[in-house]
Amino acid sequence: MTPDEVVRRLEFEALYAEYAHCLDNDRLEDWPGYFTEECAYRVISAESFEAGMPLGIIYATSRNMLVDRVMALRKANIYEPQRYRHLIANIRPLDQTNPREDDAGIDVTANFIVVRTMQDGAMTLFAAGRYVDRLVRIAGEWRFARKDAVLDSRQIDTLLAIPI
Amino acid sequence: MTGVTWPKEGNSRVPYRMFTDPEVYKSELDRVFLGPTWQFLAIADELPNPGDYKTTFLGETPVIVTRGEDGEIHAMVNRCAHRGNLVCLKRQGNADLLTCVYHSWSYDLTGNLKSVAFRRGIGGKGGMPEDFKLEEHGLRKLRIDHFAGLVFGTLSDEVPPFAEYIGNQIGARIGRVMHGKPKVLGTTSQILHNNWKLYLENVKDTYHASLLHTFFTTFRISRLSIGGGVLIGESGGNHASYTRGGGKQADRPDSDTLYAGIQSNRDGLSLADPRLLASKEEFGDDITVQILSVFPNFVLQQINNSIALRLVLPKGRDETELQWIYLGFEDDDAEMTELRLLQSNLVGPAGYVSMEDGAVGGFVQRAIAGSEDDLSVLEMGGHDHVSDDTRTTEASIRGFWQAYRPLMGL
Repeated sequence: MTPDEVVRRLEFEALYAEYAHCLDNDRLEDWPGYFTEECAYRVISAESFEAGMPLGIIYATSRNMLVDRVMALRKANIYEPQRYRHLIANIRPLDQTNPREDDAGIDVTANFIVVRTMQDGAMTLFAAGRYVDRLVRIAGEWRFARKDAVLDSRQIDTLLAIPI
Repeated sequence: MTGVTWPKEGNSRVPYRMFTDPEVYKSELDRVFLGPTWQFLAIADELPNPGDYKTTFLGETPVIVTRGEDGEIHAMVNRCAHRGNLVCLKRQGNADLLTCVYHSWSYDLTGNLKSVAFRRGIGGKGGMPEDFKLEEHGLRKLRIDHFAGLVFGTLSDEVPPFAEYIGNQIGARIGRVMHGKPKVLGTTSQILHNNWKLYLENVKDTYHASLLHTFFTTFRISRLSIGGGVLIGESGGNHASYTRGGGKQADRPDSDTLYAGIQSNRDGLSLADPRLLASKEEFGDDITVQILSVFPNFVLQQINNSIALRLVLPKGRDETELQWIYLGFEDDDAEMTELRLLQSNLVGPAGYVSMEDGAVGGFVQRAIAGSEDDLSVLEMGGHDHVSDDTRTTEASIRGFWQAYRPLMGL
């Protein structure tokens, strides 16, 4: 790994850590800020993803749609108090043999597990999977131009309110 | 048989025991799911080629659905006639023969037993007796019927053909949605911590949608004050509720007063990117939302241009799997596909107008624990189970119980 690549790895680490921090600590309003304005974001089952089916459990094609998602969670939708704990690891360029950044950015993948804790204390391993992302640099900061949260399981326990 | 006596009020009262009692659950797996009912198995186009198969369930009974060498759809119980092992392990695949992994008994795509490993033994020793007949040991076969590109199955010889089972009115409502060659856009499933009938009651409950799902109300996708109604088939068990037109122009002038209790409506919310609220005329009528159910456990949903099949599978007296298959059609252009994908945000486990349904059955299940002898009240819109031009009614829920009770001897 070249020194540049080491720096970049650390920058990615920091981005994913911030991303998880806002979802896990009720800073949902900050979450859309990690995306580009024209971003694409999906939460999708591995079964659909691998079959090339486009439809996501969440399907957004702009940062404003993520803003709307947060607004609806705060003001329109009804769900039991709950919190997530994301653990994001194994962050690496999707194509390890050619981990170069081009004009459109760089494809990055990472693993995640999400533990969900309900108000009564019931704790479940809510989701496990991988992100398949495209990162671009906007004014020196890495942002998600595309993010697919690909869930290993096709089953969602009860409902999915807070994004992954 | 279940020790339950139905309340004298009839279908406008339901004992909570119906959602909690293990004896009731055990009995309905047999009498409802293996009884005289049609259950959704597949979209015919999911299995385009001979040898294609998928697995599903009739209640808890595992089922294989195949496309045979004859080009027809077949279905059989997914349980080897030898020692009861699962024959197909994968959710879907393609095979020439269905071979049980345990002892290599092989069946053709219609469920007939074709070969038994070491049937003649080795060196004249062992093997099956001479009088063992392959044709007596096939997989148990289901009866199949097709409707509007959908395949339904039953183990009953008595139940009338599917079209007769649902009746013309409900049939036409399936037909208006399934107007093309379907294309699956995605699948998911939800584990609900409630009895399967609580989800069916929710689906048939036209009264709750704009009250529980405040996104519906706030963005006027559906309100009770917008025109609409509910159609209930003759048996009571099949229904279609509908909304005529959406938006302010279709609504009553006093709608906001009627919904003054909805907090999000009072807040005057708007979407920063409202593209998912857009819709396109597609069905040749003014029906913008239609929720349809076929007794016991199939749902066809149209919300604007979002179309989904939902299959409600019992997984125990207090657990249910809700499977979603989201559809478009082969002749959709790119713009229509994108619209369907955007509108899919309304439904499913994270849906703006459906996520609450994933939880509310579990809330009821928790609340009725220990109160099995108490009764729910279903009197909205009266006591009968007939079609009406209002959705401020629980008639279609009463219709569910009307269809369910005779099967259970209640």
